[in-house]
Amino acid sequence: MERIKLFSTRSPYWCLAVVLAAALLFAILMGTLQNGENASVFTSQSGMGLGMSVFMVLATLAVTTEYRFGTIRTSFQAVPRRANVLLAKTGLLVVLAAVTATVSSFAAFFLVKALAHSPAEPLTLATGGDWRAVLGHAALFPIAAVIALAVGVLVRQSAGAITIVLVWPLLIESLVRLIPKVGTNISNWMPFNAGSKFVTYISSGGAQQEALSQVLSGGPTPLEGLAVFAGTAVALWIVALLVLQRRDA
Amino acid sequence: MTIEVRDLTKVYGKTLAVDHLSFEVRPGMVTGFLGPNGAGKSTTMRMILGLDRPTSGTSMIDGKPYQDLRDPLTRVGSLLDANWVHPNRSARAHLRWMARSNGLPTSRVDEVLQLVGLHDVAGKRAGQYSLGMKQRLGLAGALLGDPGVLLFDEPVNGLDPEGILWIRTLMRNLAAQGRTVLVSSHLLSEMSLTADHLVVIGRGRLIADAPTAEFISAATRSTVRVRSPRIAELVPLLQTQLAATVEPVDGAPDAATVSGAAIDRIGEAAAAAGIALHELSPQNGSLEQAFIELTAQSTEFASHPGPSGTAPSALRGPLPASHGSPLAGSAPDGSALAPDRSAVAPLAPAAYDSAAARHAATEGK
Repeated sequence: MERIKLFSTRSPYWCLAVVLAAALLFAILMGTLQNGENASVFTSQSGMGLGMSVFMVLATLAVTTEYRFGTIRTSFQAVPRRANVLLAKTGLLVVLAAVTATVSSFAAFFLVKALAHSPAEPLTLATGGDWRAVLGHAALFPIAAVIALAVGVLVRQSAGAITIVLVWPLLIESLVRLIPKVGTNISNWMPFNAGSKFVTYISSGGAQQEALSQVLSGGPTPLEGLAVFAGTAVALWIVALLVLQRRDA
Repeated sequence: MTIEVRDLTKVYGKTLAVDHLSFEVRPGMVTGFLGPNGAGKSTTMRMILGLDRPTSGTSMIDGKPYQDLRDPLTRVGSLLDANWVHPNRSARAHLRWMARSNGLPTSRVDEVLQLVGLHDVAGKRAGQYSLGMKQRLGLAGALLGDPGVLLFDEPVNGLDPEGILWIRTLMRNLAAQGRTVLVSSHLLSEMSLTADHLVVIGRGRLIADAPTAEFISAATRSTVRVRSPRIAELVPLLQTQLAATVEPVDGAPDAATVSGAAIDRIGEAAAAAGIALHELSPQNGSLEQAFIELTAQSTEFASHPGPSGTAPSALRGPLPASHGSPLAGSAPDGSALAPDRSAVAPLAPAAYDSAAARHAATEGK
């Protein structure tokens, strides 16, 4: 039922196309600029952050358009147990997010591998860290989708909800860094930054690698980061469910 | 399948939208849900459908709250707002997800599309539909699960005469098949053509619950207008011989309005006395006028109602009190309703008696 709803309008197709395009575009840049000197397993995934934001827009719209056009009421009339409506939407988006992330991240990796002539490191999926940097997105995307869905349920209005899911990871978590002394530490532990640690993997060797790891060091370990991110999603989802059940449709 | 509303109340902030409303909707007939705009009709329907949470009270469908119905679309169909469709989704896709959610076969989608006459345009995006077509799509959604209970909120709004006739016939047919049909409207004339029974509300309160014919005859008492060059002799004659009530007509010294006497008897009495009549005409109180006066003080956004020449005198009584008083129509508490209640007095006993009788009848089953 939710599958029919999602795929019977056009905007989800556009969003999915943009996610893939973002992943591939950044891959082309990484692979070709300066003969691919900056290319590594980690940097091959540069477009995935943007892709995740776009996927969050899709997840938000999956609920806010229902409010915009009043179909949420039809949904609740068809399925009066509202938890089931939210569960169905969540399930569909989680699966779609995982598939989209897997396809995009592998596509980006192999594109960079094919394009880069002199990469900074051998572009192989050798270590666990390598796999995490690529396939980790298949864990992050679903979590981000759940957060976006919950924000959509709480805000109900497309423009407002999309602003929140875009500004939160792209702006707020970075701006917190500007707070003296504690700012950087807080920022590192905020949900989206923490989550991104899960796909951050710097292999040793090379001056650029050293510089990169300087910038990216600190904050939670990959698994801690993933836990913070997932915990945020679960908490928001539960709040959204409680509000959804109490509120007039 | 009956709809049973018990003591239903809904408060939005400080606004009392529905005020301890109780009524019952029975199968096999069209029940009109009548009231001025803002009377609480839509809110009540939304609570029946489990969309809004009542502040207090209950509404049951076949003895169960809506939330407890399994595959509710197969029990209750509704059309609350024809615009509740995604403009970029085709009519067929819209109905397909509804069908899927309640375990209905996709073939049923084509059946209802055929039924409402949208089969040829089912692949078109719903945003390109006219209001009439959206209304038909909404009806298709309501009929999708072949439900025993149907709720329609102002279904004829914005439709052309052909569409109105089509919906009216459809509702009557659905009721004739033994289904429970509740239709809201703010037009008494429309309901008089469609509904067998009326539930009338104003400001969220029950004003009447009676068969349509009974409600209309109580609300519109007819009078007779006479005009004669010898009116001064005729008036005492009618008063004494026929025990009729005679009132002068403003601006027409040779005319009078007679109530409480049959038009034939008035003519015969005049002929027997040898009085020539220049006019002898029945004055049927207009439905709309009567309805406005019944609900005037319960209208949320009341304009000031003025006394009207065609208004039956029994209903006109309380109006001067509100005329010119801006507060009378908008008082938030029940006090403004008091004169309104007295206006309903001639109607109320019959209405409540029949409601009680119906209740007794259902309990006897």
